[in-house]
Amino acid sequence: MTEHAYLIPILPLAAFFLIIAFGKRLPLKGPEIGIVAVSISFIMSVGIIAKFVGAHGAEHAREISTRWFPFGSGAHLQIGMKIDGLTAVMFIVVTTVSLLVQIYSIGYMKGEVRYTWFFAALSLFTGSMLTLVIANNLLMMLIGWELVGICSYLLIGHYWEEKANSNAAIKAFITTKTGDVPFLIGIFVLFAGTHTFNINAIYHKVAVGDVSHATLTAAAILLFGGAIGKSGQFPLHVWLPDAMAGPTPVSALIHAATMVTAGVFLVARLFPVFAASPEALNEVALIGAFTMLFAALIAMVQDDIKRVLAYSTVSQLAYMMAALGVGAREAAVFHLFTHAFFKALLFLGAGSVIHAAHSNSMRDMGGLRKLMPTTYATFLIATLALSGIPPFAGFWSKDEILTEAFRAGQHGPTHIVGYIVYVFGAITAFLTAFYMMRAFQMTFMGKYRGEAHPHESPRVMTGPLVILGALSVVAGFVGIPGLKSGFGSWLALGEHEVESANYLLIVVSVLLAGGGLVLGSRVYRTYAEVDPLERLGWFHKVLVNKFYIDEFYMAAIVRPIRDRVSRATLWINQNVLDGAVNGAAAVAKISGDGLYDQLDQKVVDGAINGIGITARATGGVLKYLQSGDVQKYAAYLFAGIVILAVLFTRFA
Amino acid sequence: MQNFDLWSLSLVVFLPTVFAILIAVTPKAQEGAVRFLALIGSGAAMVISLIVLARFQFDHSRSMQFIVDKTWIKTIGARFHMSLDGISLPLLVMTTVIVFLCVVYSQRIIPPPGKPKGFFALILLLSTGMSGTFVALDLVLFFIFWELVLVPMYFLIAIWGSERKEYSAIKFFLYTLTGSVFMLLGFLALYFRSVDPVTGGHTFDMARLAGQHFGGLPFQNLVFLGLFLGFAIKVPMWPFHTWLPDAHGNAPTVGSVLLASIMLKMGTYAFIRIALPILPQAAKIWAPYIGGLATIAILWGALCSLAQKDIKRLIAFSSVGHMGFVMLGISTLTATGINAAVFGMVAHGVITGMLFFLAGSIYDRYHTRQIDEIGPGMMQALPYMGGILAFSAIASLGLPGLAGFWGEVLALLSAFKPAAGLSTSLFRTYMVLGAVGTILTAGYFLWLLQRLNLGRVPERWEGKNFADVRPVEYLAWAPLMISIVALGVYPGAVTNLTDGAVSALTKLFT
Amino acid sequence: MNLAWPLTLGALLFSIGVYGVLARRNAVLVLMSIELMLNAVNVNLVAFSTWIRETIAIGQIFALFVITIAAAEVGIGLAIVLLIFRNRETINIDEIDLLKW
Repeated sequence: MTEHAYLIPILPLAAFFLIIAFGKRLPLKGPEIGIVAVSISFIMSVGIIAKFVGAHGAEHAREISTRWFPFGSGAHLQIGMKIDGLTAVMFIVVTTVSLLVQIYSIGYMKGEVRYTWFFAALSLFTGSMLTLVIANNLLMMLIGWELVGICSYLLIGHYWEEKANSNAAIKAFITTKTGDVPFLIGIFVLFAGTHTFNINAIYHKVAVGDVSHATLTAAAILLFGGAIGKSGQFPLHVWLPDAMAGPTPVSALIHAATMVTAGVFLVARLFPVFAASPEALNEVALIGAFTMLFAALIAMVQDDIKRVLAYSTVSQLAYMMAALGVGAREAAVFHLFTHAFFKALLFLGAGSVIHAAHSNSMRDMGGLRKLMPTTYATFLIATLALSGIPPFAGFWSKDEILTEAFRAGQHGPTHIVGYIVYVFGAITAFLTAFYMMRAFQMTFMGKYRGEAHPHESPRVMTGPLVILGALSVVAGFVGIPGLKSGFGSWLALGEHEVESANYLLIVVSVLLAGGGLVLGSRVYRTYAEVDPLERLGWFHKVLVNKFYIDEFYMAAIVRPIRDRVSRATLWINQNVLDGAVNGAAAVAKISGDGLYDQLDQKVVDGAINGIGITARATGGVLKYLQSGDVQKYAAYLFAGIVILAVLFTRFA
Repeated sequence: MQNFDLWSLSLVVFLPTVFAILIAVTPKAQEGAVRFLALIGSGAAMVISLIVLARFQFDHSRSMQFIVDKTWIKTIGARFHMSLDGISLPLLVMTTVIVFLCVVYSQRIIPPPGKPKGFFALILLLSTGMSGTFVALDLVLFFIFWELVLVPMYFLIAIWGSERKEYSAIKFFLYTLTGSVFMLLGFLALYFRSVDPVTGGHTFDMARLAGQHFGGLPFQNLVFLGLFLGFAIKVPMWPFHTWLPDAHGNAPTVGSVLLASIMLKMGTYAFIRIALPILPQAAKIWAPYIGGLATIAILWGALCSLAQKDIKRLIAFSSVGHMGFVMLGISTLTATGINAAVFGMVAHGVITGMLFFLAGSIYDRYHTRQIDEIGPGMMQALPYMGGILAFSAIASLGLPGLAGFWGEVLALLSAFKPAAGLSTSLFRTYMVLGAVGTILTAGYFLWLLQRLNLGRVPERWEGKNFADVRPVEYLAWAPLMISIVALGVYPGAVTNLTDGAVSALTKLFT
Repeated sequence: MNLAWPLTLGALLFSIGVYGVLARRNAVLVLMSIELMLNAVNVNLVAFSTWIRETIAIGQIFALFVITIAAAEVGIGLAIVLLIFRNRETINIDEIDLLKW
């Protein structure tokens, strides 16, 4: 099975081309190809992860690579795959969510424009993400990385008739591309230090201490730039909420399984590089800690249900980052794993609601509990899971992160960072429960406030919801602390075995989450036109405006470059550079004209013309000799003869 | 087949001229015959070049193959010496293929004032000049091919162009000619300081010139400057690029395609083929400056593209940026960098060729090149055209899996670690700036797509049923699009050819 | 016989001819004057031929040639005069200036 793992990304990629070529002629107009392809990938993923469950999972790790092409002095770039526990987990996450999203989309996208193309792009998106995951070298990873970026551009801008949507698509691509630049440079730095792109080789070189600390720190910080962009961490988080412009299933795919998890995956994959540099790890942890709170605060005041979820994604990804930053790779990947299911569920549930209510704003919803029971039930499960209420999936992973952070505070290399992560994480846990309950109350409770006639979505949409709901309940059980052959052993990271759980921390985190839920349901039990949080005054305004970061970027970077610097450059180009060329031509022409008028025409040509004029004047006089009168000619003749005769007689 | 190897290059180069003459003697009224002759002429050259590709010994890509070396002008020692190695071959094949595709495209689409006879004859003549440049190994022969290109292109722009066509044509001609003068001076200087190892006289032969001392570094530096001016104007490097937007903007579609895809490559090719091997020491001194200009070009091209309102000028400025990446690769004097440069040339050839084809076809339909007048909503009016445009633009902004990516990434990689003796920190600065350039590149291409493709069809275009992509356009474009994907997925198609020759070359710099 | 007499006759004839060619306006008379000049030459040729007693009489033979040429010349000349008269209704030589610049 693992030998043929390359099929897992190839199948969806092939599906992309097949859907474009034949999709429109099929009965369902395309989705079947993508679903079949990702189903096979899913089954293979299950087969692979099955090998990693158990004590000897690590023995199944494979790394296969083959020459791809030479790029200088005999050096070859390799193409290959790296299969280990991390890859297997990512396979499961990506294929599961992608499969369910595609099934769901059959219902959600029914009758929408570019239906077939939409499924083709979903397949490409899935395939790109799987390529990124399976890559055994950094350049191959970069390929998947950027392909994911372009897919997000294509899908976020799916409804490109509206300018706001295409703006969001461009923003997503450019913002993540901004992160890709340090990522690319980081790869180069690592290449310069290790002379290889191969991840296993890098592990080895780092392990034996072949690479200097400075190189590793630089590489790690630069690589993290890419992760910041893709995983929507501060300060490159701005694209992620705008990415809601895409169809909701796309949001689910982007926010749960593909794209945004790429950043976390990257740090997890290259963890040995980060681990070798405490500075880099601390940076990861602090950015994660800051972002989780920052995003959670903004999420509290959003009225658009998808935006609430978007900021919650930013916040949860920051959890994972912070976990990585305190060295808890296993906890981070575990949270990625559980989060994928309940976040996909939340988005698909939101999609179901939007589909019914024809609006994104929670102010147009309310009271959907009765009208959409399945959606309601599954959404509630996801809310509890995200809030971290036991026994739902989110509890196990979030708790593990907090525990690890606390432990890092006690024993880690930089105590303070661990404690900061813990404190920020705890506050965020409270806020998360609060804003999720707010969203839940505004959407499902009270009376319906909109103008549409909401009804439950079709089976093809609720089916995936139910499956994800079930997963949101059970997915956490694989990581119960102390469980033998649990999640930690799948990854086989060789990290410490999770010790017995710290019950005090568990109680604290459950109390925080429960408190948030209670407070949220208290405050939002009855719907109010004016959000109760507006009592916060100016701070509320700052939150609603997302700390004015978008405005700052527009004013400080985008508009100056796009409108002013570019035009100034063009002006210089046209007037200075091109002006010099045209000026040289003008000088040449003017001096040519002068030379022509003065020297050529008057002196050189004047001489020639002078000869001509003289000849002409002479001719004008002499012509009168040729009168045509034969007798005159004869007279001249005789005169000449006479003169000659006289001359002869005188001188001969 | 021995005979084939001897004659093949001459056939590839001169067959189009023979057909150009045949077209010239065909009566004007027989347009069908003219078209057919052009198709056969360019097709034959393409087929022969593909046979050359098939018969090329890949294991010996560093050595010259298909050699023809005859005495030509005895008094000055100029020889009729043509041959190719792994660096020339991809460019030669690209030339013949793109000329053929241009002829295919022109079977149905010739801009006003029509006159297919002159049009095709000039294209075929151009083909001779371009492919000759890529295989000539004698400086005199090289110079003749180099200059031969100017005349047909001048007429293509001046007769079949649009808007300020006379201005553009003259500017193109004079600017390039100015560069050629310095280049010729350089050639002559090399000639008079050279010693032919065989005859003891002077020589124009590139292979024999390589490795000569020429009496000291100051002289080499001066000659390099002359060659640099000639080549840099052709590339064009910043700040010698200003002829390009005018020439591109106002040339007919096929002219823009040939100009962008092939003629610009003559300049970068000449750096690799002539300047580096003959004057390696001077190259090392000049490399940081070249790299600096290349980096400016990357950013400059991107910023100017952002400000463009005219689609063809936008693509022209994007070419300035892309050629900046090529020159950055060359300036590192490393194998990776020069491989990246040759790859970048081929990639830019197919992608920008494609973009100019599209710009031309869009102009055929809308009769304007102003982005804001055509757009928004072209994707609604012309879904297939819009889709192909999006594909090509995305390829051009360097998406992995498509051709544009590898040239850029490998050039940046090479700048991270330039050849020994070059300032690492300086080139790393170039690399960072170049990488920032890729963001801007993505920015202006996506912005172009947004303004042109996306959105709703405005009222002024409503009810106008423009023909979407026509069969002849598919025919001409399909090979380009296929190669964009193929080169992106398997860059080895080019680097396997170039690596041997490039590695041999860069031994001079280690 | 004294050579002076035939030479004087020749000189007179020639002078009359010159006068006729230069002064007369009638083309026919001009032709006739040319005839006079030719005959003046003939007289001179015959006179010298006799005076130097030459054995093969080249002078007299030349006189015969000149007579023949003169006849042909008059023939052609008169034909031209005739044609000019037909075209221009005149044989006045002043009015015939076809060769003027």
